[in-house]
Amino acid sequence: MNYYQEEMECASREKMRELQGERLAKTVRHVYENVPYYRRMMDERNVAPGDVKSLDDLPKLPFLTKNDLRDAYPYGLLAVPLTDAVRIQSTSGTTGRRVVAFYTQGDIDLWDECCARAIVAAGGGKDDVVHVSYGYGLFTGGPGLNGGSHKVGSLTLPMSSGNTERQIQFMCDLGSTILCCTPSYAAYLAENIASQGLRGQIKLKAGIFGAEAWSEEMRADIEKSLGIKAYDIYGLTEITGPGVSFECSEQTGMHVNEDHFIPEIIDPETGAVLPEGSKGELVFTCISKTAFPLLRYRTRDICVLSRKACSCGRTLIKMSRLMGRSDDMLIIRGVNVFPSQIEAVLMKCGLTSNYQIIVDRVHHTDTFEVKVEMTPEMFSDTVKDISTREEELVASMRAMLGISPKVTLVAPRDIARSEGKAVRVIDRRKI
Amino acid sequence: MTVDQISVFIENNLGTLAEVTGILGGAGIDMRALSIADTIDFGVLRLIVDDPKRAHELLRSSGFVASTTPVLAVSIEDVPGGLSKVLRILADEKISVEYAYAFITRKEGNACVVLRVADNDRAVDVLAKNGVKVSSGSNLFDQ
Repeated sequence: MNYYQEEMECASREKMRELQGERLAKTVRHVYENVPYYRRMMDERNVAPGDVKSLDDLPKLPFLTKNDLRDAYPYGLLAVPLTDAVRIQSTSGTTGRRVVAFYTQGDIDLWDECCARAIVAAGGGKDDVVHVSYGYGLFTGGPGLNGGSHKVGSLTLPMSSGNTERQIQFMCDLGSTILCCTPSYAAYLAENIASQGLRGQIKLKAGIFGAEAWSEEMRADIEKSLGIKAYDIYGLTEITGPGVSFECSEQTGMHVNEDHFIPEIIDPETGAVLPEGSKGELVFTCISKTAFPLLRYRTRDICVLSRKACSCGRTLIKMSRLMGRSDDMLIIRGVNVFPSQIEAVLMKCGLTSNYQIIVDRVHHTDTFEVKVEMTPEMFSDTVKDISTREEELVASMRAMLGISPKVTLVAPRDIARSEGKAVRVIDRRKI
Repeated sequence: MTVDQISVFIENNLGTLAEVTGILGGAGIDMRALSIADTIDFGVLRLIVDDPKRAHELLRSSGFVASTTPVLAVSIEDVPGGLSKVLRILADEKISVEYAYAFITRKEGNACVVLRVADNDRAVDVLAKNGVKVSSGSNLFDQ
């Protein structure tokens, strides 16, 4: 099996354009009629549903940003009666930053199919054992690949994240052939497998790794240490979750499932749509989902789109690896972190002090440190008191972010300031 | 009957301790005792000085985070078992000791122990009842 849905994955450009136009027109009408929020936005721009007939009309629609999602939280962008929704998924973070996405059964099915395409493109089939080590729950990683694996008909191991010993034991005992997790967890598993001398007992042939940025060097390392082919996968909760795009045997970028999600590249400053091959901010329009179909959603991810013919035979447009962000969001160990969240915790803990976030990647794993300047309020003559306050700070940050930073207390004025302004983020990762 | 101790937050960086002591020395502040509690990332320097108020202000204005804590300065006999006797009295009264450090005074045969306890007033009381001398700040520097 080369493709999961060949008629879509290998459709001619003309056929795809036509389908995209039809689905776009239908979706625009659907949201205009069912979501007051969209109606207001379109009315403000004098765009009627009938004005969007084909793909060429896409630029008439306004952009949607994370701020719009925040304003509309939780039900403001829901486009079907709640009774028709069967699932929510969500991102980590506080109310202001948290995204809650709704799915009908149809939306789940098409999401699962997107992930099924990714599994098949990675060489997966009915006889494979798909080992899903993405987190399950509100996070889209686990449920997405789990659903995809079911569609393919593979045996699915819903491992979820953590408990490395058990992961490796199942991998050996049940003969996992395809591993799905973050690239850094794959590297961590590889290290553990090697140190336990179990390399000869695993049957992995491929890995589908996403939810964080990684490099070609990291890919080479993982492929070598596990003896597998490592494929990239991309997605975001706002659009559906993993499977918005996926890599094929060529391993030179990710095919976007453009029969469901239309990608555009824009200039993040001006909002102008850029021609194919330009580097810019990725924007998605959902054209087949019904519960939560975002139109022209600005992902803030920077990349390049290319229609260069692919040796795998798929005609779906390809997006490059992510080249950065057009906002200050950091993705640390697969979790979205905004500096403003750190600031909010410090304020809540009564610390108005200065801070600095330092992110690095050591042995393929992200390190996350928050330097906080000591204040008279936080200080005590006993180390015990200071440690207790430090632990409370780490616990609050974990509650806010979903991951724990290493908190380092530093002397006042220790955090470098350039031209009087503190440098808030130092990202030393070379991706 | 307590002594004001100055505590200073110091990072585990080269030269920080020299800087703190340099500031105090330069301002003519006399140090009587010193101890450092250290963790992997930072340390807490504790000082007994002749002018704690001025020392605190000097350090603060030099950009250090410092605090002033009333602690007990207890005179003990500089003989084996001298300290144990004092600590036993506190333990029997269930007064916990957060930390302690000792120094020899100029007066022959006497040592002084700085004690940070949970309840200063009760500790002073109990020690006095048992005939242990608790120094005040001024007489510490007269000795």
